[in-house]
Amino acid sequence: MTEQLMQDATFVLPGILIPLFPLIGFVINGVFGKYIPKSVSGWIATLAIFASFVVAVSVFSKLNATDSITIELFDWIAFSNMQIGFSFLLDSLTMVMLLVITGIGFLIHLYSIGYMHDDEASTRFFTYLNLFIFFMLLLVMGSNYLVMFIGWEGVGLCSYLLIGFWFKNDAYNNAAKKAFVMNRIGDLGFLLGMFFILFNFGTLEYDAVAQQASAFAPNSMLIVSITLLLFVGAMGKSAQLPLYTWLPDAMAGPTPVSALIHAATMVTAGIYMVVRSNVLFALAPHTLDVILWVGVATSVFAAVIGLMQNDIKKVLAYSTVSQLGLMFAALGLGAFASGMFHVVTHAFFKACLFLGSGSVIHALHGEQDIRKMGGLKKLIPITYITFIIASFAISGFPLLSGFFSKDEILAHAFEQNKLVWTILSISSMITAFYMFRLVYLTFYGNFRGTDETKKHIHESPLTITIPLIILCILSVFGGLLGLPSVFHVSHLFADYLAAVTDPSKAFLHAHEKVSHMTEIVLMSFAGLAAIVSIYYAYTKYVKKGEQPADEASLTGLQKWISNKFYVDELYDKIIVKPMLILSDLFLVLVDKLIIDLSVNAVAWFVGLTGRATRLLQTGNTGFYIFAMVLSMVVLFVIRLLA
Amino acid sequence: MITLLLLGFPLLASLMVLASGNKWASKLALTLSIIQLGITTYAYLLFKQQGAEAFYFFKEWISSPKISLHLGLDGLSLLMVVLTNFLVPLIILSAFNRTIERQAGYFSLILLMQFALNGVFMAYDGMVYYIFWELALIPIYFIALRWGGPNRVPVTLKFFIYTLAGSLLMLFGFITLYWYNPSQSFDIRDLYNAAICSCKQGWLFWTLFLAFAIKIPIVPFHTWQADTYKEAPTQGTMLLSGIMLKMGTYSLLRWLLPILPAGVAEWGPLAITLCVIGIVYASVIAIMQQDLKKLLAYSSVAHVGLISAGIFALNMQGFQGSVVQMLAHGVNVVGLFFCADIILNRTNSLNVDGLGGIRNLAPQFNTLFMIVVLGSVALPLTNGFIGEFLLLFGVYEYNTWLSVFAGLTIILGAVYMLRMFQRVMLGSVNENVPAFADLYWNEKIVLGTIAAVILVLGIYPKPIMEIAEPALQIILDKSVVK
Repeated sequence: MTEQLMQDATFVLPGILIPLFPLIGFVINGVFGKYIPKSVSGWIATLAIFASFVVAVSVFSKLNATDSITIELFDWIAFSNMQIGFSFLLDSLTMVMLLVITGIGFLIHLYSIGYMHDDEASTRFFTYLNLFIFFMLLLVMGSNYLVMFIGWEGVGLCSYLLIGFWFKNDAYNNAAKKAFVMNRIGDLGFLLGMFFILFNFGTLEYDAVAQQASAFAPNSMLIVSITLLLFVGAMGKSAQLPLYTWLPDAMAGPTPVSALIHAATMVTAGIYMVVRSNVLFALAPHTLDVILWVGVATSVFAAVIGLMQNDIKKVLAYSTVSQLGLMFAALGLGAFASGMFHVVTHAFFKACLFLGSGSVIHALHGEQDIRKMGGLKKLIPITYITFIIASFAISGFPLLSGFFSKDEILAHAFEQNKLVWTILSISSMITAFYMFRLVYLTFYGNFRGTDETKKHIHESPLTITIPLIILCILSVFGGLLGLPSVFHVSHLFADYLAAVTDPSKAFLHAHEKVSHMTEIVLMSFAGLAAIVSIYYAYTKYVKKGEQPADEASLTGLQKWISNKFYVDELYDKIIVKPMLILSDLFLVLVDKLIIDLSVNAVAWFVGLTGRATRLLQTGNTGFYIFAMVLSMVVLFVIRLLA
Repeated sequence: MITLLLLGFPLLASLMVLASGNKWASKLALTLSIIQLGITTYAYLLFKQQGAEAFYFFKEWISSPKISLHLGLDGLSLLMVVLTNFLVPLIILSAFNRTIERQAGYFSLILLMQFALNGVFMAYDGMVYYIFWELALIPIYFIALRWGGPNRVPVTLKFFIYTLAGSLLMLFGFITLYWYNPSQSFDIRDLYNAAICSCKQGWLFWTLFLAFAIKIPIVPFHTWQADTYKEAPTQGTMLLSGIMLKMGTYSLLRWLLPILPAGVAEWGPLAITLCVIGIVYASVIAIMQQDLKKLLAYSSVAHVGLISAGIFALNMQGFQGSVVQMLAHGVNVVGLFFCADIILNRTNSLNVDGLGGIRNLAPQFNTLFMIVVLGSVALPLTNGFIGEFLLLFGVYEYNTWLSVFAGLTIILGAVYMLRMFQRVMLGSVNENVPAFADLYWNEKIVLGTIAAVILVLGIYPKPIMEIAEPALQIILDKSVVK
């Protein structure tokens, strides 16, 4: 026991330092920012994240995969029957997230130094970015749902601040507000889920909750309610149908923000939350079904929209929504470790893609429309190479990281539900196609912008290209963390997470593993499908040199897809507008007319009574005497009768 | 002694300021209110050491009817007194750098108000409490009437008559309580042990509830509020929204629930339903409000609706939440109205749509305003979150569906606050705000202090709960019919 405590003690300081560094960076730039030269503030922020990364690596080297260490900081909400501590948890799942957040976070900070170099408010940018990392770390380090919720809403705030970073533009401000409000819808679900947990289990600590939940039968009303509510929260944060429309709009923020928050880290919080609560979810197969189908539907729906987008960042945004759908599908299948594995590989290649798109936008001085690009291959070679390799990775090109993580999910789908497998395979093929549509339109063919722009195209500085190269390498080799059993090596990633994901295994239906032969066939099929899709994109956009049609000329289905199925318009009609009308209605009809008029009527009645009784006070003594005698007579009569 | 000092000092201060003349009034008022804050701090420390006993004060006043000067401070009273005496210096300081006529009268009335508010929270005799309750109405009435906006006369009259009507009902209620309780006194101990026949508690509930509901205000008794907040001078609005409406929620806890538990059992479900409807109703109205002060007024109705709902949930979570949120709302709403005042001061306009782009010109103001807004939308690690979390959980324990409905506040709150913030602060500079000076020194202190409190109480709220717990436990035990 004491040995355990001693061992725990060695993690206390590092556990505090990891979120503390970004907080310090935030305070330095936030409070003293105006005294710090712009060029220095970026380095302070980057250094803060690097320090966290170093500590995280050192913890990683000391922490056993089976360890679960709680660090109690202080009592947060504490009275008689309610004790919720502000405390951290270090285990393998947290560790994975910590490394991703601080590692990729560091690279993106570094990238931002170059990318935000010319922005007059870059200090403010780094202040927000540090704050984001702080909250993201709280989210994954909390040992109970409430601390997770702090991080959960905190990253939502930072997302709001960074989407609306260029606050003079009202379209950006609208996007920021939309992100916050839509997330709040999910957060209400999360909050209610917590109430259910707290009321029934008396605690919000993960391990205690899981332990108590284990006593319930599968699909009990309580556990299904809890998990559905938590999943509503996840739908908001991880942009799933129907709460996804904020994410494409969120591209209004500077590109590093899109890479860090809206691709690699924050939007995967929903997946983290489900994996963290895997015991609860495994006990609610009904909820898992819901998650599965929401994930599948989102995956294919967003992929289809991605086909017709012409803004380089919007394509990547819909791709992110689609990939998140794929991850949720994995969770819905009960393949928690596979979902997390795809979180990690996705973080590598999607960060690389977004940063690459940023480098393109940087080179073109803000141009984001791929119809005005083309032929950039030679002009920005490093960006091109890293971008195309990351595109191969996301498309599931054989042996790259995305291939393995996606294949694993597809294999689980094949084991359990052939329909799911079919839809996800189609969605993967669409992904490969639109990604290479993007690559070819951007980097191949002839440049379609103005000559003036072309003259100024240049490769980005080292602070931008180095992160690109590192992320590109990770996109290639990241898959080695989780090789399929065909290769006769252990799945490093799944093994590492086993201590977290194993407890739920007991409640999940065991499915017969596909044979090695089938697995090889599936893999070959998936690889081939990706290659075919890529080739098709190649013939269409490089050989035939096709261009995206003008939006005005589109008809039928294409027009629907190009307009994102008019979902935003629909929400506006059925939610926003009625709400505003209701607001006016309440004020004018209910408040002013019904309530206030009644109040005034009471006052008027009182006034009337006053005027009426005043008539009695005539000042005429004779009248008073008469009234007195009369009332005496009345009183006597009453007395006699009674 | 400390009890009398704490109560009496603001009255003395008020008279001194009145006598001092207009030139020195503001500075003297600030100094005296800071001294009062010092006395309060001492009281707080004493309470930590010795508990409520140190503040017990009892003196016979009138023998028939039996009214005695029973004063004291339990945890609940202490926190309300701390809130009052913390906010008053800030409210006074917020009036610096503004042109205010007849300053001696103005600040003297603010301090008189402070005296009455302290009295309300410290009185443990029903009649004494009632006297302070009514006394509090007088200074705010004159503040609004003499220093208010162009439409002040009819608005103030409506406010006055409306609340006075409630008060008279309450007086009637108290007199009846006096006759119905076996010891025939107004003393809170006797009233708590009165065990009044539940046949009478039903209608007695309404005499007190209506008075408190008007003051809080609970929908549909709120129509006096938006106009009054708009017309009253900023300091008056701050006193009203920051402290005075807490008289209502405080009184629910202190004077309604424990005295009339059977009445609460009978009518509580209706009351909590009204509160929850009010939350959503007021939030929805706030979305489309054009006038910044009115928008804040409706947002305030929503917030206090949740506080009252938590109280009527009759459990510890709701009670604790209500106390935390009373403090949080008091601080935040004063901050919000001060931000509105800063904007009014620079632009002469409170029309949300006519503003915009202020952030470009006043970055410091922007940051602090943002923090106050975040506190108001209950972001975790701000004071507003702790309160809303506990309140909603309290309501959840009472009834799941009510909590779902009440929970809409976290969505709607974000909608109207961020919408307002965007229109006022973000975007490019509107032509109505060509020059906008960033914060003056006094504004920095006031908003900075408020922002600091928002964060500190959001990160470490435990002391509040510790102090409130014993008092709330007693109230809870009395309030629940066994």
